[in-house]
Amino acid sequence: MTHDHGAHRGRKRIHLAAHFPGVNNTTVWADPRSGSQIDFSSFVHLARTAERGLFDFFFLAEGLRLREHHGRVHDLDVVGRPESLTLLSALAAVTDRLGLAATVNATFNEPYELARRLASLDHLSGGRAAWNVVTSSDAFTGENFRRGGFLDRADRYTRAAESVATARELWDSWPAGAPRPFAHHGRHFDISGTFDVARPPQGHPVIIQAGDSAEGREFAASAADVVFSRHGGLDAGRAFHADVKRRLGAYGRRPEDLKIMPGVTVVLGDTAAEAQEKAAEIRRQQVSPQTALLTLEQVWGRDLSAYDPDGPLPDIDPDPAGDVAHGRVRVADPLAVAARWRALAEAKGLSIRQTVIETSGRQSFIGTPGAVAAEMAEFVAKGAADGFILVPHLTPGGLDDFVDRVVPLLQERGAFRTEYTGTTLREHLGLPAARQPDHVKG
Amino acid sequence: MFEDRGPGRSPVREGAGPGKGPPQAHRPPPRHPRTCAPYPTPYPTPYPTPYPTPYPPPAKDLHAHPHPPLHLSVALDRIAGHGAEPYLRAARLAERGRLDFVTLGDSLGPPRRGVSRLDALAVLARIAPATERIGLVPTVTTTHTEPFHVSSAVSTLDWVSRGRAGWTVDVSADEAAARHFGRRAAAPAAELWREAGEVADVVARLWDSWEDDAEIRDTATGRFIDRDKLHYVDFEGTGFSVRGPAIVPRPPQGHPVTAVDATDPLPRAVAAAHADLAFLRVPRHGDATRALRAARDDLRRRARDAGRGEPLPLVVASLPVALYAAADAVALADLAGAWYADGLVDGLHLRPEDPDRDLALLVDGTVPVLQHRGLLRSFYPGGTLREHLCLPRPANRYARALAGGTA
Repeated sequence: MTHDHGAHRGRKRIHLAAHFPGVNNTTVWADPRSGSQIDFSSFVHLARTAERGLFDFFFLAEGLRLREHHGRVHDLDVVGRPESLTLLSALAAVTDRLGLAATVNATFNEPYELARRLASLDHLSGGRAAWNVVTSSDAFTGENFRRGGFLDRADRYTRAAESVATARELWDSWPAGAPRPFAHHGRHFDISGTFDVARPPQGHPVIIQAGDSAEGREFAASAADVVFSRHGGLDAGRAFHADVKRRLGAYGRRPEDLKIMPGVTVVLGDTAAEAQEKAAEIRRQQVSPQTALLTLEQVWGRDLSAYDPDGPLPDIDPDPAGDVAHGRVRVADPLAVAARWRALAEAKGLSIRQTVIETSGRQSFIGTPGAVAAEMAEFVAKGAADGFILVPHLTPGGLDDFVDRVVPLLQERGAFRTEYTGTTLREHLGLPAARQPDHVKG
Repeated sequence: MFEDRGPGRSPVREGAGPGKGPPQAHRPPPRHPRTCAPYPTPYPTPYPTPYPTPYPPPAKDLHAHPHPPLHLSVALDRIAGHGAEPYLRAARLAERGRLDFVTLGDSLGPPRRGVSRLDALAVLARIAPATERIGLVPTVTTTHTEPFHVSSAVSTLDWVSRGRAGWTVDVSADEAAARHFGRRAAAPAAELWREAGEVADVVARLWDSWEDDAEIRDTATGRFIDRDKLHYVDFEGTGFSVRGPAIVPRPPQGHPVTAVDATDPLPRAVAAAHADLAFLRVPRHGDATRALRAARDDLRRRARDAGRGEPLPLVVASLPVALYAAADAVALADLAGAWYADGLVDGLHLRPEDPDRDLALLVDGTVPVLQHRGLLRSFYPGGTLREHLCLPRPANRYARALAGGTA
């Protein structure tokens, strides 16, 4: 597998993954091409497209409580999704090589059952399973669970780390022939017995981590195989990449043992100008008048439903104690954000909706297929990423153009595989064989 | 799923069945009013993908079968191996025999006889896209798994199979499984089954927490869903509570089929209150017919006492089989026919001793005999497991409440 991730014609090989369109306003549902977000055929189309494009893996996010706004279910974005591990077990039937990554919360699941379900997916897919480990400290989400959901922030990562370590102990407990009894006596889990699934084909399914805090980076360096990062820009990406890779040495790991893959969006056009136009149109679709007001309310912490989205920003100030949204990350400093938005709106003469569009993130890569392929290859060559997790804005056709038009150019540049050379996800990612966990180091 | 998986011996060989004489089962007597709609049943969901039918449309005279057919199902429990292939082969064979569904047992306890065991629901999800019509019924335990997760997983199995999912409710009563979780000590069976009933209740409420037409995609108002058609379940159980609504939209069947092994009194109470289908294990010794009849009558009485109307839970006799020759296959058909003609059971759940051997004889021997006698259909008239079982798609309790309250 060195062939797959090593130098080739002097270039680093890019790793690619596909994110099923999310439950947020990145996903455009009002477009006539937008299909079902829940029918199995949509998942089949996206996964098979990713496999046709020789992607490393297909990624599913998770939700455990529907988001709310003003105490009611948020109704402007796509809502509703399947349970990840079950859906991926089914996708194993209609794909052959594609990795299958499930986001599963370590707060609301116990390691024995999680390890068992992931080992089952790994067996059923012939070694293609991955676990994106997330945690929650959110009492709002906890209302759906026995556990209730309270964990303070520091405990979230210790629980996540101990969940991963315990799962690996369980996977290691059935090396060959017969199972060995296991016993784990830790801070979060005190369990013993005999695991009932033989060692998974990958040894350990691939571990993905997505947190960005110092604790999150340290956890990634100690235990993860892939980081799903949010640093899609060149400079921010290089800084993040260097910081996380630097932490690996303390755990006896080499830089290539952990792949950093930012989530990115791509807009293609036949010309640069056309791509920019399409990108602007997509951002308009993503920010409907209603979404613009709602986004504003999240910053202002107030009911702004009386305001005209095509009119000016409110002259009243945000209420820093306002609490309108549940199930989202909160705006850290609403007064500063409001001041910045007002300055922008005033300078450019923007309405509420135009301001929200202007301040919402630009797509990561916008251009002709050739320009996008060159830019992606440059990001990887310059150490800003080891690959990318593509987040399409349309279900189920959102990957079609990229796979048809960009992947062949990446291959021509020698920057991407021309065939799967391995069968397991670990092999696609060029990761070392699974080893005993290092959960006591540090 | 069943604890008595000792060396399977066919009750056919033991003469446990009532049918010493030739079966007279050509015209089963009418029983409760659970009749199949004229075939083919319209696909009852609002989802825009009509299921492609790989089978030729049925002949006209078969359309209005006045009585539900015998429901035949088979356990895949004794299949060995880590991968999906052996399960898939068996499920496809069962589908070729037009069986209603396959089951797969599960447990969160230690491995049995040192044999590796995969998560049953995951195995059947893996089989779903590679089969067309066969129902998929894994065992799911309620003792250590969050009820919210149980609901989401079974609902997702229904989505990926386009309406062919069920689940068999079970509990983890053993100390070994409790130590695997370290969160609660092993509890008395009565407590666990009471909780299992609560879980079955909240799971179905979560399935109803989305009305079928909640997704509106109304560009004029920018709304993807009509949130008045999403509902909090606000369930308060003895040991847990769930707020809702579900993450997964209402599954194609409305409610995937809920099954319970109702042989023992504690789970029988849960079956009476919550199950669409109840398994009754055929006793190894004594008068099987009398034992089944007593258990069936008790189940139906309890269901009526629990306020259930029609349809009452389907009664499915579960028995180990070992078929060595064509004669065994025919004897099994005789037994099934006799029990069905008596109105003793609605169907049979067979637990093969050796799936490779027994399933082939079942499909090529027993099934054609039953079809010839008019007891078993020779095609799948519907697409969903509920349609196979002639069970209606349940109305949504929240939609009904709203209509009654305000309209």
